[in-house]
Amino acid sequence: MVYEIEVFPRPPLQDAVGRAAVSQAADLHLKGIRDVASSRVYYLKSAMTAAEAARAARALMADPVSEMFRLRADGGAWSGEAPEHVAGRKAMLVTRKAGVMDPVAGSLVSAVKDLGLAIEAAHTGTRYYVEGSPDEGALERLAWRVLANDCIEDVVADGKPFEFREGRPYVFQQRQVPIRELSDGELERLSRQSHLFLSLAEMQAIRDHYRGLGREPSDIELETLAQTWSEHCVHKTMKGVIEYNGTETIDNLLKSTIARATRELARPWCVSVFEDNAGVVRFDDEHNVCFKVETHNHPSAIEPYGGAATGIGGCIRDPMGTGLGARPILNTDVFCFAPPDTDPETLPQGALHPKRVMRGVVSGVRDYGNRMGIPTANGSVYFDERYLGNPLVYCGVVGIMPKDKSFKQTRTGDLAVVVGGRTGRDGIHGATFSSAELTETSDTEFSHAVQIGDAITQKRMLDALLQARDRGLYSAITDCGAGGLSSSVGEMGAELGARVHLDRVPLKYAGLSYTEIWISEAQERMTISVPPERLDEIMALFASEDVEATVIGEFTDTRRLELFYGGQKVGELDMGFLHNGVPRQRRTATWTAPSHDEPRASRKKNFGKDLHAILKSWNVCSKHWIIRQYDHEVQGTSVIKPLVGPGEDGPGDAAVIAPVYGSTRGLAVGNGMNPKYSDIDPYAMAAAGIDEALRNVVAVGGDPSQTCILDNFCWGNCEKPDRLGGLVRAAKACYDVAKAYGTPFVSGKDSLNNEYQTAGGTIAIPGTLLVSAMAIVPDVRCTATSDLKRDGSVLYLVGVTKDELGGSHYWAQKGKIGRRAPLPDLATAPKVFAAMHAAIRGGLVRSCHDLSEGGLAVAAAEMALAGRLGAEIVLSKVQRDGDVTRDEQILFSESTTRFLVEVDRLKSSEFEKTLYGVVRSQIGTVNDTGRLKVIGLKGEAVIDESIDALRESWLRPLDW
Amino acid sequence: MPPKALVLRTAGTNCDRESEYAFGKAGAVAERVHVNRLIAEPQLLDGYQILCLPGGFSYGDDLGAGRVLASQLVVHLRDRLAAFIGGGKLVIGICNGFQVLVKTGLLPGPVAEGESPMAQTTTVTYNDSGKFEDRWVHLRVDTDHCVFLRKGELLYLPVAHGEGKVIPRDKAHREALERLGRVALRYVGPDGEDAPGYPGNPNGSLGDIAGMTDATGHVFGLMPHPERHLSGYQHPQWTRLGAKDEGDGLRVFTRAVEFFA
Repeated sequence: MVYEIEVFPRPPLQDAVGRAAVSQAADLHLKGIRDVASSRVYYLKSAMTAAEAARAARALMADPVSEMFRLRADGGAWSGEAPEHVAGRKAMLVTRKAGVMDPVAGSLVSAVKDLGLAIEAAHTGTRYYVEGSPDEGALERLAWRVLANDCIEDVVADGKPFEFREGRPYVFQQRQVPIRELSDGELERLSRQSHLFLSLAEMQAIRDHYRGLGREPSDIELETLAQTWSEHCVHKTMKGVIEYNGTETIDNLLKSTIARATRELARPWCVSVFEDNAGVVRFDDEHNVCFKVETHNHPSAIEPYGGAATGIGGCIRDPMGTGLGARPILNTDVFCFAPPDTDPETLPQGALHPKRVMRGVVSGVRDYGNRMGIPTANGSVYFDERYLGNPLVYCGVVGIMPKDKSFKQTRTGDLAVVVGGRTGRDGIHGATFSSAELTETSDTEFSHAVQIGDAITQKRMLDALLQARDRGLYSAITDCGAGGLSSSVGEMGAELGARVHLDRVPLKYAGLSYTEIWISEAQERMTISVPPERLDEIMALFASEDVEATVIGEFTDTRRLELFYGGQKVGELDMGFLHNGVPRQRRTATWTAPSHDEPRASRKKNFGKDLHAILKSWNVCSKHWIIRQYDHEVQGTSVIKPLVGPGEDGPGDAAVIAPVYGSTRGLAVGNGMNPKYSDIDPYAMAAAGIDEALRNVVAVGGDPSQTCILDNFCWGNCEKPDRLGGLVRAAKACYDVAKAYGTPFVSGKDSLNNEYQTAGGTIAIPGTLLVSAMAIVPDVRCTATSDLKRDGSVLYLVGVTKDELGGSHYWAQKGKIGRRAPLPDLATAPKVFAAMHAAIRGGLVRSCHDLSEGGLAVAAAEMALAGRLGAEIVLSKVQRDGDVTRDEQILFSESTTRFLVEVDRLKSSEFEKTLYGVVRSQIGTVNDTGRLKVIGLKGEAVIDESIDALRESWLRPLDW
Repeated sequence: MPPKALVLRTAGTNCDRESEYAFGKAGAVAERVHVNRLIAEPQLLDGYQILCLPGGFSYGDDLGAGRVLASQLVVHLRDRLAAFIGGGKLVIGICNGFQVLVKTGLLPGPVAEGESPMAQTTTVTYNDSGKFEDRWVHLRVDTDHCVFLRKGELLYLPVAHGEGKVIPRDKAHREALERLGRVALRYVGPDGEDAPGYPGNPNGSLGDIAGMTDATGHVFGLMPHPERHLSGYQHPQWTRLGAKDEGDGLRVFTRAVEFFA
């Protein structure tokens, strides 16, 4: 019997799901849709009676106060209640495709069993009832652009009965792929058609290897090589040989720039860098902390909600798989989208509207991060037209672990155990997909690479693993990320050897081939190595926490990877060839400075309108709509929150948490990103990014001498020499600046194929480097926020203002770029950071904000609107370079390494003493006039605006 | 001897560590126990004086906030819980734990003779804003018989939820709750004034109800998170107002401990 239970909000309670559909339809200009009502639908495959089904519905599915339900068996007549207004409307059922993760169905099955009722399977959906007279086209667009996503969902028209579909049993068949006799052209075709995405040289290396072995590879061997050798997994570009501008040969860009800075700095508090799943640094005498940031761009372009949720889910598994496992304590999320007001008529074929992408990404991160109970306390959002079709979704996670759990060691004889979720066909080819360019057909061709997350399965696994870690029940752990088991087992056994029985892996449904099991990227799984004598204890622990765990093989001493299915060997690879056989890539890179015009100087006498325009711009405006949807205070560790000031609505610079209960030692986490400067020089972009990340953590009280940073490059197609040239410039800046600032990189990741091909050409994203910074806060009681605190304080500007309007938000408002992007002064900047830290630590700072997008004018406005106080600033007092002669330069230049600081008048001499040798000047005062007034170089007001009006401009754009 | 608090956790619970810490800081001995263990050994409960249902997303809130855990408690621990409460012990549910208590019927509890002690009469449902929200709220204690609170006191605590709108069964029921002092905590303005409107009332709760207690005053549940305001440095404005010696939330836990002194 299949029971269908349909649950409605009980009128007059509102129908939030229906209301959201109406508003999103309006965003897309869909005509004729007057109203949409919704219901939740549950299908139960069960031998229970109708009375029992009704009991289950009342106990579990429909709330007795706020909802009503009706029920039918096998598509028969309804019994129960439904609101009158749905009768006669056009109905559409949106339901997950067979095989797509449906966590609600899983919970329902367990809960129904817990009531003592029999149930075989459950399935869920949402039904929409549309009122109005939309034509077929509008209805179709409502279905696919608002209600459902073709990658993961079906839309079932009214009246069609629902059927439970089951996987077909798998019939074992060993496959070989003849490769030894293939020509170069045939090798390339094989690579593309089988979604291996290997280069010709790599295919040749594989062919030659098998010629040497005197046999053909099996399909699973070829897939294992493709996964392990993917750009996503081994970063071939960053580690290859690059001919740069015909004058320089770079052997391993990563090693010679980013990792080199770390090596040369040799900070004693770096515990494990560029080795494990996340970089590990010392926190206090008992704990280490680790930090990792990843991207999940391509899946988020196709299915924003699932892509972003699994992005944060996967990144959370990085700290969980670092050392012997860290407990996640903070999330940070940075997104890049096309502007949400993009005209829907201008969207390229196959691309989702940026507003839909943004809503989906934010809800995906929200639902996963909040459910995991990790505070999302830091992030930012960046907008540029070129992120259309290619949004960037960066997810970062900080974890904490006892000092003695920071390293792992798998041993010969240990058992390979897969823990957590079951394996399905989801996410197959994720690693190779992320290494490919997106095209108009990517959404259909790669829909299997998209997945839905199940945060609770992961939370359960985390709870159990931390107990197992503390009891010393396993010897090593790593996550099943890109490449699935092939990468986790392959990595753990790289120095030893491993034997895996693929038929033992628990599956979501029947029908998976041995290769699919091996490379599936199904979420929420980790692999651990367990000494045999610990097996019983760890299995009992997992069972007590409802966590599935299965022994799938063992680690050997053969240095070979041996794969079995039903007792038959289906693949065998030499670990040496697998991990070191990939040929070094040789690429050419060129970089020539672009020539932009320097915009003409403005003769304007008032810049109030410009200030409002920048505050209203997508990049600068308040992100409270996003911030408040994230639980940024769970775990009870938050000290400096993302929104500050008496209205708790002002922009904070960085988050501060005190992660160890009862201790005042803290961590500050911030980030820096300036893709606009890339259009002038990626070197400046990267340098400014590091400077900004450091400014943010220093501004709240982080110690610059105990700050580590992470690099995350998202770039266009680096097979094109100009794209790669920009990447080389950016990497060089990473070395120069990190070295000068004393801030080692401890981890990083790159995503190098962010281009979207349309019929009209290619859209490449601007070269985008996200720099994430994590600083020790020696005492969280000595920190600062950006809101102005008190009438009568004095305002200092710390740092030099230069003629650097290039790539600024001021010129962007006018559609201009300019020539001179900000460049930090590497000799003086570290002194500024150290002095600022000393001043904050010494309690000399009432409020502090770094100068970034929009320069001095925006920083002053933000501090004033956050603090509900006025300020007066005199531009002639600003210390500046000789070529800074105009008000607009001083107001809006985005020169780096600058802070605007509020100081108690009585402490100003002590503040100046602390900043001895650093450029700083008193430029104004705080008052209670409720206005921001700026006196220009000619002695007249160039800005005189009400704080309330400035706050309105800043708050409204994203007040969704 | 300090009282013992059992912090009940299950799949998706995520405020259990800070709730354990809060009870410890308040002077209790707190332990986290998985619901599977409690169902297997219900007599464990006898060793504790306080039961805490902490915040989180039990079972993902997949079938509505708190629904599945509430069903488990009703099916497996009904009598044990009745005995626990009847024995003069204390129960607190925070956020998801409050949702669970409401869905078991333990809160607000029967308002008339003959009503079942574990039948749901009130619900906690989706915020009017249609989304999860994290923000700080002003609260006022409006009951005089809840062990965890003192009538008239004001608290400043954060909320973080998507389903916090309290709806009693009907108007008569709501009036009964008011009359009987079951409305323990109310969303108010900064100076304790009534009807703050959104976002002072962050979810559209009827009567601005933020927390409830039962007839005994021993069972208490609230949407806001007292365990997130134990220290003055957790206040969102401590950098401008100065940090108080302790956060407002700590009192809720201290009172529970003092009750057994």
